[in-house]
Amino acid sequence: MREKTLFALGVLAAIWLVRNLYVMFLGLPDEADQGAIYRILFFHVPSWFVCFTGYFLAGAASVLYLARKNPVYDVLAVSTVEVGLAFTLIGLATGSIWARIIWGIWWTWDARLTWALITCLIYAGYLMLRNAIDDPTTRAKNSAVLCIFAFTSVVITYKAIDWWRTQHPGAVLSFRTGGGAMDPGMESMLYQNFGALLLLAAVLVAVRMRQEQMRREVESMRRYAHAI
Amino acid sequence: MDARNFTYMFYGFAAAWAILALYVLTLVARERRLRKELDTVRRMVEQRESKAT
Repeated sequence: MREKTLFALGVLAAIWLVRNLYVMFLGLPDEADQGAIYRILFFHVPSWFVCFTGYFLAGAASVLYLARKNPVYDVLAVSTVEVGLAFTLIGLATGSIWARIIWGIWWTWDARLTWALITCLIYAGYLMLRNAIDDPTTRAKNSAVLCIFAFTSVVITYKAIDWWRTQHPGAVLSFRTGGGAMDPGMESMLYQNFGALLLLAAVLVAVRMRQEQMRREVESMRRYAHAI
Repeated sequence: MDARNFTYMFYGFAAAWAILALYVLTLVARERRLRKELDTVRRMVEQRESKAT
């Protein structure tokens, strides 16, 4: 039953993404200043929203793990971080390709980009830390503490464009500016793609959670086998 | 500029889909490995339990 629900949600996300691609390419015109390349932002911005949502959930799950010691919160935290990291890489790669045309460079050490890279490295470090600790309780406890502190980097990355005005464009979305900075049709497309990518990410997190539970089962059975 | 604009737009979309596809493939490979490991460990436990009794 759970398998079928996950499969149905995955198919729904795929259909939603294909529909969005159709609207992006055939429904929306080129942007006046940027031309066709602006369409990358329909993946760039939602990818960051998806990974920030994932990191927020991971932080909340880590707090709950430390408070209640229920391993399911640890499973949720590692799954959302791993899926979030995939979307962080998409955000970095698409941003870099967009910058090559708009700024003429692949990368610059501006505040937003640098903090985005730091966030990516911190969460990659979180996954490496988990692999380095064998004892499940110590692993869950130490990684939960790191995950909570790691979220400060997400907040700094999000606010970097307000705190330091460097190369990266400032806020354009209406919930931050009050409107007028972006065409409503283009902004709507951005939110729709966020919805589709978030649904896809939710399916991936569910699959990853199942795998993490399977891995725990393998670990505990192996310990039992050595004990008898 | 326009041709490069389109080319790089394609690169952007290709990069996004490639990263997603790579991650999904990683998940599929991990699922297979875990199922295999689970089967092996289950058999090992059964063998040891039957030896112990």
